[in-house]
Amino acid sequence: MTRSTTEIVLTPDADDHRIARYSAVAIALSVAEAAIPLPLPGVKPGLGNIVTLVVLVNHGWRDAAWVSLLRVFGASLLLGSFLAPGFFLSLTGALASLAALALASRLPRRWFGPVTLSLAASFAHIGGQLVLARLWLVPHDGVFLLSPVFAAAALVFGLANGLAAARWLADDAKKDDIAEPPAPPAPQS
Amino acid sequence: MSWCGIARCAEPPRAARSDRFVIMAFAEWRHLMRPGDWLALLLAALFAAALFPLAWRGGAAEKAVVRANGEIVAEVRLTESRNVEVEGPLGVTRIEIAPGRARVAADPGPRQYCVRQGWLTQANSIAICAPNRVSLALVGRNRAYDSLNY
Repeated sequence: MTRSTTEIVLTPDADDHRIARYSAVAIALSVAEAAIPLPLPGVKPGLGNIVTLVVLVNHGWRDAAWVSLLRVFGASLLLGSFLAPGFFLSLTGALASLAALALASRLPRRWFGPVTLSLAASFAHIGGQLVLARLWLVPHDGVFLLSPVFAAAALVFGLANGLAAARWLADDAKKDDIAEPPAPPAPQS
Repeated sequence: MSWCGIARCAEPPRAARSDRFVIMAFAEWRHLMRPGDWLALLLAALFAAALFPLAWRGGAAEKAVVRANGEIVAEVRLTESRNVEVEGPLGVTRIEIAPGRARVAADPGPRQYCVRQGWLTQANSIAICAPNRVSLALVGRNRAYDSLNY
C-alpha cells in the first residue's frame, strides 16, 4: 500500500513528553478538585496551578504556559464545560496568571520563592476573572461586591498552593541529590 | 511512657505529641518561605483587607430623607439626635434621628408597619407609612436606584 504523500508524521521529543506528563498531573488535580463542594462559584483552590508553578521554576515560562493552557482545555473537555462561561473565566484567569508569572519570575530567586509566584498568580487570576465577568457576564459594578471574598480566597489558596509547590520542589531537589545530577538550569525567558 | 499506668495512658502523651507535631510542621513549612515571600504575603493580605471597606462601604448610611406626599420635606445627616415631625392626611408622623440610624417613632396609620420596622441603619433601606403618605429613607454615598414606585 502506498503511503499517503500528505501524511504528517509527528515525532514528539523529550520536551513534548515532559509537558504532556506535567499537564496530565495538572488535569487530574483539576478534575479531582471539581469533586470538592464549594460555597461560592468561582472560589476554588486551583490545585492544578501547583503544577504550573513547579514547571515554571524547573523548566521556564514557556513550558509553564503550555501546561497551564493544556490544563484549562483538557480539564474543561473532561468536565464538559468547554466553551461554557466557566471555561472562558478559567482561560482568562490562566492568561492573567501567566502574565503575572512572567513578571514575578524576574524577581531574584534568592529572595522570592514559589509562594510569591503563587500569590502573584492567584491575585492576577481573580483580577482577570472579575474584569471578564464585569465586561461580559454581569455588566454591572455589583460583581465587585464579591471582590473581597475572592481576594481572601486568593490569599489563602495562593499561600497554600505556593507552599505545596515549594515542598514539591524541595523534595525533588532532595531526590536529585541522591539519584542523579540535578536537571540543567531552567532557561530564563 | 513508663510513668503512666496502662489505664490512664491515653490522654497526656497524645496531647503532647500532637503539640510537638504542630510545632514541627510549622517549622517545616516556614522553611519553605523565603524572605521576599513574607513581604509578598504581607502585601497580599493588606490588599485583601483593604478591599473589604472599599467594596462594602456603600452599606453605611449618611443621610435620612423624609418625604411627605412624595415631596422631600427634610434631609438630615445622621450625625446627631433629632426629631422630625411631618404632617400627613391622617395626622403627625414623628421621625427620630440618631447618630448612624433613624426610625419612625410614631405614626397615626392603622397597621403601624413603618413603626414596627424599627431602627434603619443600612443605606437604601426605607420605612414607608403609606396611609399617612410619609416615608423615611436612608441614603449612603451611592444611590442604589433613581426612584421607587409603589
